[in-house]
Amino acid sequence: MNDLLLAKAIVLGLSALGAGIGMIAGLGPGIGQGYAAGKGAEAVGRQPEAAGRITQTMLLGQAVAETTGIYSLLIALILLFANPLIRLLS
Amino acid sequence: MEFDIKTIFRLGPIPITETVVNTWIIMVVLVVGSMIVTRRFRTAGPGDKLGTTELVVEMIVDGLDSFIGETMGKKGRKFVPYISTLLLFLVVANLVGLVGVRPPTADLNTTLGLATITFILIQGSGIRSKGILGYIKGFFEPFPLMFPLNLISEISTPFSMAFRLFGNIIGGMIIMTLLYMVAPIVVPVIPHVYFDLFSGIIQAFIFTMLTMVFVSMAIDEEEEE
Repeated sequence: MNDLLLAKAIVLGLSALGAGIGMIAGLGPGIGQGYAAGKGAEAVGRQPEAAGRITQTMLLGQAVAETTGIYSLLIALILLFANPLIRLLS
Repeated sequence: MEFDIKTIFRLGPIPITETVVNTWIIMVVLVVGSMIVTRRFRTAGPGDKLGTTELVVEMIVDGLDSFIGETMGKKGRKFVPYISTLLLFLVVANLVGLVGVRPPTADLNTTLGLATITFILIQGSGIRSKGILGYIKGFFEPFPLMFPLNLISEISTPFSMAFRLFGNIIGGMIIMTLLYMVAPIVVPVIPHVYFDLFSGIIQAFIFTMLTMVFVSMAIDEEEEE
């Protein structure tokens, strides 16, 4: 009984740690989106009449770049709220 | 902390969740609203005065029409009804979190359902415009070895679309819930503007925009050949 409790505590603690480490992936989309936004600002500065299309394209590209960040967020959420590892114990 | 989707009642073996009920409410509001708003429409001569509702509705429909036409080109005309409906539903569904109910898009089932519709639309319009042989041939381009990669990229499209919308909305929801625990009054107002208003509208726009881009990619290729 005590062993099971200990095992559960280890799994839960390490899952929380894993969720935190997983969210480091948020770095990538942040940098990428910032870069895209900077380029978008540059493009609007060069060609203000195309601002609408530039904004659309920028948002689209940012949304696609965001995917990896969202995946890491999902993994973190699964580890925190619907942990599949804890079920392996019992 | 519980972010599970509550089951309101059961219909035999099928659980009817919060998401389903909220979606029904949104559907009723949109459908009845459109019916009420368009009930007294008639063809007006140049001299007639238009009512305010008529002007607003015409503005919205015109705006959507020209926006979709701009993005998808001439061939996009027949997709206007589906894409406008998708955009309207997603905007309302994402913003409904402001009233305090759980947004339907914070449930993977809703977003996966919408993404499946889009996936079928993409493949269907691809087959329709290229013919079944041309459609299959498209998988073996630029050279036959690319077949598995092309297949995977086609199949992963709906998943990435669904997870993007779901992840954004549920991420905002969880951050807001955590914030409400720390500071229940005044403070959450500004984050609401970002997470619900800005993020919700942007994500609705992104989902419809991606649908349009993928569909026009599926039908455009044949034009070049």
